[in-house]
Amino acid sequence: MLLLLSAAAVAVASIPLVYLAVRTSEAGMARVLDEVVSARVGTLALRTLALAAVVTLGCLVLGVGSAFVVVRTDMPARRLLGVLAALPLAVPTYVAAFAWTSTFRGLEGFWPAALVLVLCSYPYVFLPVAASLAGADPAQEEISRSLGRGALRTFTGVTLRQIRPAVAGGGLLVALYVLSDFGAVSIIRADTFTRAIFIEFDLGFDRTGALVLSSVLVLLTTVVLAAETVTRSRGARFASLSSGRRPPNRVALGAARWPVVALLVGVAGLSLGMTVFSLARRMAVGVSRPGAWSDVLTAAGNSLWLSLAGAALTMALALPLGLLTARAPGVLTSTLNHLSYLSHALPGLVIGLSLVFFGINVAYPIYQTTWLLALGYAALFLPLAVTSVSGAAVQAPPILEETARSLGKRPVTVFRTVTLPLTLPGIGAGAALVFLTCMKELPATLLLRPTGMDTLATKLWSNTSVAAYAAAAPYAALLVLLASLPTWLLAVRSGILAKEVGP
Amino acid sequence: MRSPRRTLAVAASLVMLFGVTLTACGGEDDTSAEKTITVYSGRSEDLVKPILDKFSADTGIKIDARYGNTAATATQLLEEGDKSPADVFFSQDAGALGAVAKKGLFAVLPGEVTAKVPETYRAKSGEWVGVTARARVLVYNADKVKEGDLPKSVFDLTKPEWKGKVGVAPTNASFQAFVTAITVQHGEAKAKEFLAGLKANDPQVRDGNGAILEEVDAGTLPVGLINHYYLGELAKERGTTPDALKAKLHFFEGGDTGALVNVAGVGILKKAADNADARALVDYLLSPEVQALFATETSEYPVVTGIAGPTYVPALDALDVPAVDLNDLDQLEATIALIKDSGLVP
Repeated sequence: MLLLLSAAAVAVASIPLVYLAVRTSEAGMARVLDEVVSARVGTLALRTLALAAVVTLGCLVLGVGSAFVVVRTDMPARRLLGVLAALPLAVPTYVAAFAWTSTFRGLEGFWPAALVLVLCSYPYVFLPVAASLAGADPAQEEISRSLGRGALRTFTGVTLRQIRPAVAGGGLLVALYVLSDFGAVSIIRADTFTRAIFIEFDLGFDRTGALVLSSVLVLLTTVVLAAETVTRSRGARFASLSSGRRPPNRVALGAARWPVVALLVGVAGLSLGMTVFSLARRMAVGVSRPGAWSDVLTAAGNSLWLSLAGAALTMALALPLGLLTARAPGVLTSTLNHLSYLSHALPGLVIGLSLVFFGINVAYPIYQTTWLLALGYAALFLPLAVTSVSGAAVQAPPILEETARSLGKRPVTVFRTVTLPLTLPGIGAGAALVFLTCMKELPATLLLRPTGMDTLATKLWSNTSVAAYAAAAPYAALLVLLASLPTWLLAVRSGILAKEVGP
Repeated sequence: MRSPRRTLAVAASLVMLFGVTLTACGGEDDTSAEKTITVYSGRSEDLVKPILDKFSADTGIKIDARYGNTAATATQLLEEGDKSPADVFFSQDAGALGAVAKKGLFAVLPGEVTAKVPETYRAKSGEWVGVTARARVLVYNADKVKEGDLPKSVFDLTKPEWKGKVGVAPTNASFQAFVTAITVQHGEAKAKEFLAGLKANDPQVRDGNGAILEEVDAGTLPVGLINHYYLGELAKERGTTPDALKAKLHFFEGGDTGALVNVAGVGILKKAADNADARALVDYLLSPEVQALFATETSEYPVVTGIAGPTYVPALDALDVPAVDLNDLDQLEATIALIKDSGLVP
């Protein structure tokens, strides 16, 4: 049953792959070879992988570092700084990139794009690692220390191993995000695959070249997935030695505390502060204004509604796959999982077109309705939800379910009374993450939204495309503000806001 | 175990948001039996919506409008084929109209519609018709470049004195049309030579015309190749007149390819061939009143003869336009190969 439902979820995520296969095969072998076998594609591929590697590395350093100082040190104002470190997740990369390029003229290329991407996506690493550092059992570290290991060796030998799944999961999300991102790379003009795909669409209104390149991007994704699989330790599962949760051990920073605070505040300033500063400046310089507040509120309402529909559908599809991943790991499960990741690295425009194709040929009654867009969001963001669900399910001891079943409960009852309550935190976190990601999504939303329905992201886009930057600013501000709410919920759930004394 | 309680709080806030959204979405479904047409617009909502709203108010015909990037919208139409909900496609670029026409998706417009527009600005086949015209210009910063030093021809921009000074947006459809125009006017070798010369001259590549104009106005770029109406948009955003900006427009003379005039236009999809309401919209866009509105609202040139253009630029018939037929601009594949080979785009 679980397998069947999981397969259905993966089928949704595979719509873009089927579409690419159909269109690529239509193009004919000669055309495909012509597009693919060139020095240009090779350079693009290498540069894209290099950008993914650099950004992932940057996010790992920044994410793990800030998670450690927030959760495991006596840094002042650590709860406030913890939320601050999560908030950049609410800033869409196209907004951040626009803020940077309008502040520093002529900013372009690989390293600036890498900087903006790191600043926007390190929370993908920070949040799960902070949660895992907060939730890890301090007893293991204490045992290590009592056996004579120093602080450093305990950190590398015990703590790092405990948080390794969280680090790997977050790193993978960042790497795939970099492959799919169009906002930062197109505005800062870093020549990656996604930018080349967007340019192919613009050049001569020809989709074939763009879709062939997208197929190559799918291949690159498999490279990234393979790399992640290699680094992942097999069957890493860490039992809790003590019952209940205890506050983690904290390192006294001493004189280093203020420099550390300054560093965290500096990072937040570069990501959030720069965006706010640039939006405010645009507001002040321009005279265009959004039509009416009712327009802004309607767009906000639409954003919330579409994201909610997207998050609900994505979670419904992700739940079985997440549980399967946690309960029945194996070749089949990991294949299903990896299939769902492939679409996650495709640009939104390609996902959008594939669902236009699907809507026109298969699901015409829901074409240009909220539901087809929700399906598009599910195809894009399924892995975000699956990771959260399986993460929570792994932490819940399977013995509880086995006990319930041995007591004669039917599987449905076991699911409802045991599994679901235990994985609820993961479902909540996944929903919040998908919700805020849907809200930031632009290219697929433009193609799939119901006709006449404006969201904050689409209004932001239509205003900036006619240089009405001041009119765009309120939409951008509200978008970041609304996306901050689920981000804050994620920060709360990660346990970094926990009081010193446990329950 | 306090997480479930937290999750409940999350769920509760989501439900609250849901409630807010439902009320926000209410009142949208006024699906009475009134006449409705669906318009796909590759042109920006802020420019087009006031005009479409006015059409609905004047005629009682409701419009469902989908706004998007011209390339993405054209691709969407190609993907939808005969099943497209669209009745009318309003495009920012003749090339996109050509791509849709090539797939046989457009109906042939009646002769009395196309007759309103000079031959230069419509499809020979009658499948689409221009609505407004836009001229290619060289924008320059009056503090950085003296009027006397401006190039006589767009081809002069490959000379050493312009090294590192020229802003271009090679991914933009208008730039592509311009390169195609070079091929049409002077042959492919000349186009290739120009692109190679431009590339060798350290061009300042930007994402779009708007970015180039902003930098020229700020003085960080001396000159750039853009479309004329961007100046009007920027002035509007700054709450000033185009004349007050540091950025000035230079129109190439002597039939230079750099002075190409392209159009934004409309076509009616085949399924709406006999739809009087779709036809009414096209007629409306070409009416003297709306043509004049384009001149003031979007700073573009009206294509219907006898309507005055924007005040800050020379009149359309005073421009020394190159002898290039817009119908010949649909041969984009060769152009794209040229642009890609030049290394101006990744």
